[in-house]
Amino acid sequence: MSRNSKLFSPLFLKLVRDLWGIRSQAIAIALVIGSGIGLFFGSRATFDSLFYTRDTYYREYRFADVFASAKRAPDRLLAEIREIPGVSVAESRVVVDVTLDVPGMDAPAKGRLISVPEESRPQLNNVAVLRGRWVDSKRPDEAVVSEAFATAHGFDLGDSVYAVINGRRRSLVIVGVGQSPEYVYLISGNDLFPDVKRFGVFWVARRPLATAFDMEGGFNDLALALAPGASEQEVLTRLDEVLEPYGGFGAMGRSEQVSNWYLQNELTQLASMGRAVPTLFLLVAVFLLNVVLTRVIAVQRQQIAALKALGRTNFEIGLHYASWALVIGLTGCVFGVLFGVGITRAMLEMYRTYFSFPELHYDPALKHLWSAVLLAIAGSLAGAFNAIRSAVRLPPAQAMRPPTPPSFKRAWIGGRWLDQPSKIILRNVIRVPARTSLSVLGIAMAVAVMLVGTGMMDSIDELADVQFDLVQRQDVMVTFAEPVSSAALFELQRMPGVESVEAMRSVPVVLRAGPRSKQTALLGLPQNPRLMRAVDTSREAQPMPTHGLMLSKALASQLGVKPGDTLVAEVREGRRPHLTMTVASTIDDYMGTSAYLEIEALHRVMQEAGTLSAALLEVDTLAGEKLYRELKDAPRVAGVALRQASIDNFNTFLKDNMSGMMGINLLFAGIIAFGVVYNTARISLSERARDLASLRVLGFRKGEISYILLGEQAVLVLIALPLGLLIGRWMMAALVASMTSELYRVPFVLHGDTHVIATVTVVVAAAVSAIVVRRRLDGLDLVEVLKSRE
Amino acid sequence: MDAAAASTQAGEPYAPTVAGQDEQPLFRARGLSKIYRMGEVEVHALRGVDFEVRRGEFLVLLGPSGSGKSTLLNILGGLDTPTHGSVFYRDQELSKASEGELTQYRRAHVGFVFQFYNLIPSLTARENVELVTEIATNPMEAADALRLVDMGDRLDHFPAQLSGGEQQRVAIARAIAKQPAVLLCDEPTGALDVSTGGIVLRAIDRIHRELGTAVAVITHNAVIAEMAHRVVSLSDGQVASEVVNASRRGVEELEW
Repeated sequence: MSRNSKLFSPLFLKLVRDLWGIRSQAIAIALVIGSGIGLFFGSRATFDSLFYTRDTYYREYRFADVFASAKRAPDRLLAEIREIPGVSVAESRVVVDVTLDVPGMDAPAKGRLISVPEESRPQLNNVAVLRGRWVDSKRPDEAVVSEAFATAHGFDLGDSVYAVINGRRRSLVIVGVGQSPEYVYLISGNDLFPDVKRFGVFWVARRPLATAFDMEGGFNDLALALAPGASEQEVLTRLDEVLEPYGGFGAMGRSEQVSNWYLQNELTQLASMGRAVPTLFLLVAVFLLNVVLTRVIAVQRQQIAALKALGRTNFEIGLHYASWALVIGLTGCVFGVLFGVGITRAMLEMYRTYFSFPELHYDPALKHLWSAVLLAIAGSLAGAFNAIRSAVRLPPAQAMRPPTPPSFKRAWIGGRWLDQPSKIILRNVIRVPARTSLSVLGIAMAVAVMLVGTGMMDSIDELADVQFDLVQRQDVMVTFAEPVSSAALFELQRMPGVESVEAMRSVPVVLRAGPRSKQTALLGLPQNPRLMRAVDTSREAQPMPTHGLMLSKALASQLGVKPGDTLVAEVREGRRPHLTMTVASTIDDYMGTSAYLEIEALHRVMQEAGTLSAALLEVDTLAGEKLYRELKDAPRVAGVALRQASIDNFNTFLKDNMSGMMGINLLFAGIIAFGVVYNTARISLSERARDLASLRVLGFRKGEISYILLGEQAVLVLIALPLGLLIGRWMMAALVASMTSELYRVPFVLHGDTHVIATVTVVVAAAVSAIVVRRRLDGLDLVEVLKSRE
Repeated sequence: MDAAAASTQAGEPYAPTVAGQDEQPLFRARGLSKIYRMGEVEVHALRGVDFEVRRGEFLVLLGPSGSGKSTLLNILGGLDTPTHGSVFYRDQELSKASEGELTQYRRAHVGFVFQFYNLIPSLTARENVELVTEIATNPMEAADALRLVDMGDRLDHFPAQLSGGEQQRVAIARAIAKQPAVLLCDEPTGALDVSTGGIVLRAIDRIHRELGTAVAVITHNAVIAEMAHRVVSLSDGQVASEVVNASRRGVEELEW
């Protein structure tokens, strides 16, 4: 007969059964908490994995601290460099970019050939050989190829690719597949995303490479390790001085090394994502818990009084109601950790496509689990605080009596022209302004999260539109290993399918303005270029100045200059003159930190005639194959970039990954929207059930009482929608600002239909809640409701 | 107070029913007054009440609404404190007790029965009683307490599955399961019809007789007063009259 009631304390049983009674609300809140904890746990665990993997990789494969390149430096200089205070290891290399002819691929690819030491593995930037073996330095044609490139082309050991070196095809036999800490993010030139099919790194024996590129007894690239405690800045300065006579291009530390920069950028974003977004979700959860538990206390007033009269202590009662919140919070925490593990897996999977690591270390740390639990407990208790306080403070003698009717105020509007039900709605909204505003804020947050989640795509689209439709209008860009004479333009013009050709001159410089300096390039283009243009954020193409420079706004602010100021351009090419130039204008653009000027003006200051570093082609696509074949074999061509390939690559990398993220955002925004709307509606129902039943007894129809209850919710949603859109736009602006970097500025763009999607999602969530509540209203047992007190 | 008398009488929980004038009373209140502040109005719920409850006594508090009887009962039960005056439970001064001491006092000595039962709806009859037995020092079995009020066959029913009278009997079982010195009932039959009310009163009477628990019942039903040893009438916050019944009537004899 006796059930297991002795096993559990009655208060525990009360907790379990009462929670079961509000299970749908409890689950809605637990999901909101779960979303927050999930994002927290996921981004932390991902951050850790990435951080740990990077550090281990860098350490084990001895990622260099300082990188430098020069036109050509003699080997003996290395001894001098090793003498620089703070340098512990210095290793010289020959590094050249070549055009690759890959069997099975029409378009040429770009290969970076890196020399390896004769006797040993590289001391710095060592290569992890994943398959095959290391290069035999006595075999001139052997190469270890970067893993991503090998995978993209399905290379087997023993396969060959052809490098076009000085107009001659030289075969490279793949003996191994490897990865290097220097190329975790495998990117070349000005690309934003790794193009695994079109950019490969090859580690080859030094002697043949040096011979082919006139580097015997010399080097053009340098990797340094610093001694502990060494000043990087001092080493960089000294190194620049030492390399200056040999055409140094400027030394840089790890923070400017491209692959590392992207990796660091990703880590920074993960860290901030692990803070801001979970905080938002937990705040919403705290609010919901507060609303729901405050209501529970109101409903259970008499029970609390009875418990106190029976001799239950305030502590026991406080603990009881804290447990409500803790059960919900910890349930949310369980959801959250499961979510989080899923998010971590998904993100690491995504990183596998972005980053080349020998292996991505995944070991969700116990400390994040504890943090998640602590976070859930803290959030729950914060949400329960008000409720616990009022339960503890409730004077038992007073609670015996039914509560006094809430006091209402006459609304300042609508006294005459509103019908009675509408007046009820209005007065209810006004009666508890604090809760009304919090509900409105909660729903608004759902709108905002939705807007930001989907709006990111608008910004990315705008970036792509501007970049591919307005800026890079050439079909093909051919870059030369060395500046060439304008005669090259005529050669290109004669190639099959080429419809028009435009010249581009790019001069590597260090710009100095007072104490500030920046490595970049002077870009010389026709005054009103047709193909490659400088386009500002309002989509206007700006003409190239014939006097002075037009600086990208990001560059101008880095240098602290404005139009009219002068700066010094230290050219890192040829005679290496130092040019004093004025800032003619600035341009608010999205990509890079460029300094533009009209090409003839550039020729003038460089005292050269008709030289170009790259050519932009407009091509009849039908002739692609023939054109590519000629370009592959053209001497002096260092790289061929195809617009379509860039677009495809952009789409695969960003859009595919973004749409995954968007799906998650959508889910979370939906959870917030539904959690907030559903809970506020259920609370109103609970508060109003008796009044509404009374109205039914007075002869009101179901539809009419639904109007009163749901009308109130509708009013809240209507206020929340525009507010949410505003908050969303504000959050979006902050997000976009936080993503600004040297490489790109993310435009702040939100399309009309994005606003519509955010609005509609929240309205749908509200409608679903309304249907659930309406069904409860229809099932309202008049007698039962009226009989019960409260 | 009489310290000698206090020490001889303390620690003897369930004295026989006969109320002797010389014994130390269970409750002794002197000059009790209670002033509520409701907005800008001061409400004088009690105005200088002197009052006693003797051990094993069956006491009825009569009076119209607002006469102060609930306030008095709440003060005796340690749910409320007086504004002025003193009230002793045996030799413990409730009027000076802290909130924690009052909770401890309720936990150990007082059984409450409310007009609207105040059962926890999510707990069964047995579990409602266990709510008390698990924290009391010398409780009876929850099932035994329920059998005392003839609810032995309803142990695992939830309040919603019980009638009003049954719920009130569960409430009585819950109140007496800790074997309190006093059972305080605030309109225990107020929400019940006559015959159900009779059953509830019989349960209270049985507890009184079998366990020797002192009982104080608030009612505005003068008929119930005939069950009492003593009837105290309150009016406008003061004791209006006090009548000692020469002979108590049993519940069956009451004429409604």
